[in-house]
Amino acid sequence: MWAFIHKLGSPKWFYGISARLMPWFWIAAAALILVGSVWGLAFAPADYQQGNSFRIIYVHVPAAFLAQSIFVSMAIAGLVFMVWKIKVADMAAAVMAPLGAAMTFIALFSGGVWGIPTWGTWWMWDARLTAMLILLFLYIGVIALRGAFASRDSGSRAASVLAMVGVINIPIIKYSVDWWYTLHQPASFTITSRPAMPLEMWAPLLLMVLGFYCFFIALTLMRTRNEILRRESNKRWVRALAEETP
Amino acid sequence: MSSSNTLDRPLAIMEPHGGLGVALIATLRRDLTLMLRRRSEVMNPLAFFALVITLFPLGLSPDPELLATVAPGLLWVAALLATLLSLDSLFRADFEDGSLEQLLLAPQPLAAMVLAKVMVHWLLTGLPLALMAPVLGLMLGLPAGSHLILMLALALGSASLSLVGAIGAALTVGLARGGVLLSLLVLPLYIPVLIFGAGAVQAALLGDGVAAHLAILGALLALAVMLAPWAIAAALRISVNG
Amino acid sequence: MAFDSFQDFLAMGGHAPYVWTAWALTAVLLVGSVLYARAERRQLLRELKRRARRERRAARETDVEEGA
Repeated sequence: MWAFIHKLGSPKWFYGISARLMPWFWIAAAALILVGSVWGLAFAPADYQQGNSFRIIYVHVPAAFLAQSIFVSMAIAGLVFMVWKIKVADMAAAVMAPLGAAMTFIALFSGGVWGIPTWGTWWMWDARLTAMLILLFLYIGVIALRGAFASRDSGSRAASVLAMVGVINIPIIKYSVDWWYTLHQPASFTITSRPAMPLEMWAPLLLMVLGFYCFFIALTLMRTRNEILRRESNKRWVRALAEETP
Repeated sequence: MSSSNTLDRPLAIMEPHGGLGVALIATLRRDLTLMLRRRSEVMNPLAFFALVITLFPLGLSPDPELLATVAPGLLWVAALLATLLSLDSLFRADFEDGSLEQLLLAPQPLAAMVLAKVMVHWLLTGLPLALMAPVLGLMLGLPAGSHLILMLALALGSASLSLVGAIGAALTVGLARGGVLLSLLVLPLYIPVLIFGAGAVQAALLGDGVAAHLAILGALLALAVMLAPWAIAAALRISVNG
Repeated sequence: MAFDSFQDFLAMGGHAPYVWTAWALTAVLLVGSVLYARAERRQLLRELKRRARRERRAARETDVEEGA
């Protein structure tokens, strides 16, 4: 069992198996996002209150979900690295952070843009957007901390600790921000507190969420492979690989 | 060969006479003494606190009604920033003279020793801030009824701030310009304490019940006391060994 | 179709700037991430090949020195 787990952590093994898995995730991501986009943009009925601007939901919600899931994945990868010393876990954590930050930014930007026709302002101090903004700061903190150390291993371990501390705090922060805003904005319209969405509206949303997840997995596999090439450049198998590829 | 009991076991696993309790008290006394000698380090956060509060009537508006309304938030944000300021020196002196490394090598559990150090930090930073706050509250026109709650909330909250902030301080103590990074790392984590702390004072202002807010502050503190020492210990090991 | 014509689709009932900017940013970041990852890989492989060539040349030169 332990042999299996350590084999899992072997960069060479991971490089090999990810080569076979990755294409499937790319295909799934492309298909799901394409179908979801077309359906959501052109075929889903317009919202009776918000009109067509509600279609932003099809990028805003997937991005927001991913922003949070990626942070959790990053923290788990950090934990695996700290406890079992599996290097590939740290490589994955390192490449996840920028994508997570990008997703958070998409959620913030699309949320803000959505706010203009809906609330008349591009920034609204509501619970969801504020929590997203704080999440962005947490991502930037992890990325900055990892890069601040002279030794890569120290940076990896510090980033892992911070990611774990952050992940414990995220639900606490979300709860307190949510509580604060319900107290101070009793009757504000929130994005998902609406009468149940008909299937034609939420089905494309589901496709987009799944598509974004597949994208995240595919991109993480790809960039982790790059990271393996970078960090294991002294190994014979890497050098052999470099000679073989055109 | 000595036939004494204590030398029958290898030196490496001999407990110093007195064990953990002695070590903790020794750490408490050492840190208290050292920090009290550096009086400016104790006074600086307090002076900063007062200064920041002074800036607001100048930058916002001297209107007493406006200030009274925003006073809870202002006091809390200023106290938060003052705590942040004091964090940088929490481990730095010990890091630079090597005593932090010695602490890591000591047989006592690092998490416990670290808790003692943070407690000293709170006694000399958070607690004075809490005690000073009503004076500044008066300046901002905060009604007298909420002063006790202000002190209590700040005392409870600043303990959590010291604990959580110490994690950031431990992560950045070995870095050249760790100060700015420290703020970036720690401020997001401070937000729940800020929300419930300021909320408590505001509730007291409005005459609402403060029990819920204080209970949550207490719960956050309990969580911090249980979890933060481990994170601080892990972070110190990374900083010293890295 | 929720729209009567392609023009209507592009106009998004007057909400075009909002919907299309949000989607455009998303597309740019997603596609950009992929392009970045691919460029990263190409650059790494190039660098690895370059190093291998240098090492081979260095090995050959020392062989020549030792042989002579």
